[in-house]
Amino acid sequence: MPDLISISVNGARIGVTEGVTVAAALALAAQARGSVGATRHSVTGALRAPLCGMGVCQECRVTVDGRAHVLSCQTLCREGMQIEAAQ
Amino acid sequence: MKLLYDIIIVGAGPAGLEAARAAAPGGASICIIDDNPLAGGQIWRGGPQQQKDSRARTLWQSLQAARNVTIMSATRVLYSPAPGELLVQRDADAAGTQRGQAGFRAAEVLRYQRLILATGARELLLPFPGWTLPGVTGAGGLQALAKGGYPVAGRRVVVAGSGPLLLAVANTLKARGAHVAAIVEQAPRSALARFAFSLLATPSKLLQALQLARDLRGVPYRHGIWVRAAHGEGRVQRAELSDGSQIECDYLACGFGLLPNTELARSLGCTVVHGAVQVDEWQRTSNPAIYCAGEGSGVGGVDLALAEGRIAGGMAASLPAAGALAARSRWRRFAIRLAETFAPRPELKQLADDDTIVCRCEDVTHGELKAHASWRSAKLHTRCGMGPCQGRICGAATAALYGWQPDAVRTPISPARAGSIIATVTETEETTA
Repeated sequence: MPDLISISVNGARIGVTEGVTVAAALALAAQARGSVGATRHSVTGALRAPLCGMGVCQECRVTVDGRAHVLSCQTLCREGMQIEAAQ
Repeated sequence: MKLLYDIIIVGAGPAGLEAARAAAPGGASICIIDDNPLAGGQIWRGGPQQQKDSRARTLWQSLQAARNVTIMSATRVLYSPAPGELLVQRDADAAGTQRGQAGFRAAEVLRYQRLILATGARELLLPFPGWTLPGVTGAGGLQALAKGGYPVAGRRVVVAGSGPLLLAVANTLKARGAHVAAIVEQAPRSALARFAFSLLATPSKLLQALQLARDLRGVPYRHGIWVRAAHGEGRVQRAELSDGSQIECDYLACGFGLLPNTELARSLGCTVVHGAVQVDEWQRTSNPAIYCAGEGSGVGGVDLALAEGRIAGGMAASLPAAGALAARSRWRRFAIRLAETFAPRPELKQLADDDTIVCRCEDVTHGELKAHASWRSAKLHTRCGMGPCQGRICGAATAALYGWQPDAVRTPISPARAGSIIATVTETEETTA
């Protein structure tokens, strides 16, 4: 059984399995609200979510531990990580 | 301080790993750079040691045993500050465990004698109304996300676009508990039938296809049809198909095949022809110190990537690459059949309406773009292609829609932290002073 780690998504604490990406954590956190895990607002204000899944399209960028423009699809969750994303 | 390696390999997918394995016995110092947190590339995502494909596990074991092979994960190439050098940026967050470790440097200049580009491919994503809705992803895109823990269990998914990848994607999603509502393949039935027959020439692929067909029993496979639009409030809820039917879904995973990643090759001055890095029979690019293997030199799948990786790695280390040449020829023929079968049909270029966003970084619509005669003109007037993806998505889309050719690649080839560049410039000044 992989370990559970505790992270925060827009201020709310959630537990995720070790080894999942930040993109996955956002989707898991959004699941309870019945929404897709949005990542950012486009330049005209529309909500966006991951597209290419492989670090190319830049749609999945979020703020991780205060650092902006981190690609959530290529970043693994780590204990205590604080993620800020559009919602 | 600059780190010097005999051979640097960019990309830790099958081609890059196989190149390292082929080169390692000569004793050369080898460094593999990859932007993902784990090696394996897209097809072996999550780590080669985790794969069902035994080739991945054996390859990984031999690399783990080789003392002269270093793997730098979560590391991105920004540009080449001088011939034989690469400036790389390490993602301190992705490689969280590295940060704070003694000797960890967020940016570094690496030097090489020989460079092997194994930068893989991305998906061809074509704009259609609603494709910017959350929940619309690439086909391989959703597969990659799901492998990273993205929740798909119990979700209804439409897998659409073109190519055998759609079957592999549907299979991964189904195995993770998704309900695959349909696979929607744009290629016509006649082309698919020819392709199926040609699989007799490649028994391993035939076996794979039969296995997939068995695993996907009960999943509707529609051919000669494509997604015309995605609909939903705040997220995708329905896919509208070209036959007028609609399918309810939580995710629409749509990709039209693969495109070689050539940005690094182009920034290094390597010749690129028809979207792929040009190589000679030894996988050498137009620059004799630089090789290219795998999807970057032409899309052909894992078997071709392994053969090319073996040739490139062997050549870069001046070792023989016996057997790989014949394998490469065979898989190149397979690649040609793939490209012919799954070539995107002209109707796909007509899907965007005036309000459809084509450049997703800068939210530039088809209506704004269609008035322009060239990529350059569109860039200057609309900012199309000037966002953080640097034209990686809209470049291919505008090439398909309007026939535009992209400009020369701009460096850094990936969004970079200012500190990464400043640190290097300072270092260069110190060493030259």
